[in-house]
Amino acid sequence: MPDSLTTAAATASTVITGSGIGQGIAIGRVLRASDPLPEPSDAPSARTADDERARLKAAIAAVTATLRERAAATSGIATDVLEAQAMMVEDEILADEVDGRIDAGATAERSVFEAFAAFRETLIGFGGYMAERATDLDDLSQRVVAALSGVPAPGLPASDEPFVLVAHDLAPAETALLDLDKVLALITIEGGPTSHTAILAREKAIVAVVAATGASDLVDSDEVIVDAAAGTITVSPSPDEADAARIRIAERAAALAAPAAPGALADGTLIPLLANLGSADAAAAAVEAGAEGVGLFRTEFLFLDARQAPTVEEQRAHYRTLLAAFAGKKVVVRVLDAGADKPLEFLNDAHEDNPALGVRGLRALQGSEDILREQLTALAAADAETDADLWVMAPMVATVDEAAYFSGLAREYGIKTAGVMVEIPSAALIADRILAVTDFASIGTNDLTQYTLAADRLLGSVAHLQDPWHPAVLRLIGEVGSAGASAGKPVGVCGEAAADPLLALVLVGLGVQTLSMSPAALADVRASLTRVTLETARRLADAALAAVDGASARAAVAALLESRSTRTPVSNPTPISTPLNGALS
Amino acid sequence: MPENIVPEKSIIERTVRVGSAHGLHARPAKLFVQAVSAAGIPVTIAKGSGKPVSASSILGVISLGIDHGDYVTLATDASGADANATGAVLDSLVEVLVTDHDNA
Repeated sequence: MPDSLTTAAATASTVITGSGIGQGIAIGRVLRASDPLPEPSDAPSARTADDERARLKAAIAAVTATLRERAAATSGIATDVLEAQAMMVEDEILADEVDGRIDAGATAERSVFEAFAAFRETLIGFGGYMAERATDLDDLSQRVVAALSGVPAPGLPASDEPFVLVAHDLAPAETALLDLDKVLALITIEGGPTSHTAILAREKAIVAVVAATGASDLVDSDEVIVDAAAGTITVSPSPDEADAARIRIAERAAALAAPAAPGALADGTLIPLLANLGSADAAAAAVEAGAEGVGLFRTEFLFLDARQAPTVEEQRAHYRTLLAAFAGKKVVVRVLDAGADKPLEFLNDAHEDNPALGVRGLRALQGSEDILREQLTALAAADAETDADLWVMAPMVATVDEAAYFSGLAREYGIKTAGVMVEIPSAALIADRILAVTDFASIGTNDLTQYTLAADRLLGSVAHLQDPWHPAVLRLIGEVGSAGASAGKPVGVCGEAAADPLLALVLVGLGVQTLSMSPAALADVRASLTRVTLETARRLADAALAAVDGASARAAVAALLESRSTRTPVSNPTPISTPLNGALS
Repeated sequence: MPENIVPEKSIIERTVRVGSAHGLHARPAKLFVQAVSAAGIPVTIAKGSGKPVSASSILGVISLGIDHGDYVTLATDASGADANATGAVLDSLVEVLVTDHDNA
């Protein structure tokens, strides 16, 4: 970095680390989403009630003016939504609620905050579609409080130039408004690898680094290189660093544009690469990305927003569309996985202190067996009408009894291949006995990691524990892999771990036979698999299993791979120049 | 609300099923509340046999949690006004409620 000598230390690059999502790399200038406002103090107001009311009136006028200006500048549904928001801010019932609190001595800020919060609770109580609207009220509450406090309203930046978005974390409503054509990369200060932002980034193949605590120091127009493969953000890169990044961006684009071959190791061992899908609409895009089938079809979307389960006929039509897109290929459908972060009121509306450990997945379906029976009926009917190879599996299986129950029920409806998800450590530890009563196992690494490390996958403060590289998690996966090999039954992974090109090699070494992921991740994983033989993959797995934690497991595997590829290759016929990131060249 | 009941009060009501696929959430609620405001008469809305709220409050309407297919009752006090004209206003509001704005 010769420049740093001539133009002072300020131009020397610094590196911030976080959890990278996928393998992408981007370079660009930072724009920050403003941080959420702190909760207004509930200390009594020092002003008179009339003063507070006057301040409030001005703030509401300012907020509604902004919303109406924006409404006028948009069209269609966006206009209606913005106009509705302006009406909510001026609402007469809200005004009464706020007034009462001001009369009782609260500040205007606190009164607005509490009044909106009360409506928010009401909406959340309805669940489903209405509950999603609660975020809109939060946004309005923040806008009025910001206007009262004389600070800028929180929200996403807008720019005509592409930019790197830096945010605390993104709410679903915010990401929906994001103009993805303008976002070069996403950096979040909070959030973990399974946060909403991370999932969005994977789905849309956006370069992202999450849980990057150091990113809180980034300011608008800082130049950064975001390297998701390495989980790093390079601030104020040198010209050399910037050039190297641009070369990698171009190489990656070229590699991703190449036609897709079936997933295979360097020795020819086939590792079918499958897609995780949440709706039949995404089937065509998955096929285009080279998916060799579907490893996880989530059926929740058919049930979300619903007060009642969809009819057999509605379900059958949707399954038929899905299966028709994959004629001659494997399609693994997971029956309804409700509960925990995906509550459905017709299945389980009881309050649970600890929903991740409560009535969810197969447990909830056993309690409402008619819903499970209807789903199996619809699946069997759709299967009979199409040529795909339908496999059906149950979520959240903890015991052999549960696995046998599901297999028995599926057989009753003529489902040819019935298996279970392995997401609970108990199922992994006795995988041999589970596989004795079922046709296959599919490992859900997100939940398996959550339960192994006792770390809520939605909780940012324990996100560092949500690491599928942890040797305890890998050991459980290895148990399932060995059990599958002994029993001659298929074992796959359909969690986010499969989408990590390096971890995918370890999974294969642990005995995993198929990998299922977001279609956007297929190309990177496919390229990665071609770099090792099965024997090498097993050695990588051994190195990871012997590590003390997730980070050192990853480092050990990376180092081993590097040492192999810098040697003159003997067993591996494909020499690789720059092992980790140059795999796509 | 009922403290001002006077004997000659004549309430006009209309009960109707809501047509919007997602019920009366933000956008359909906004269209309805705007129509109520434009009508210029005080109208209440209740879900089923629930408590009526002012139909010109968008948050009030949303907070009823009205789903597609729910029955709602519109009511207005037509005493001292032309009952036919008031009824026609309610009919126009009913029209807004039965329309499926989500698939419009």
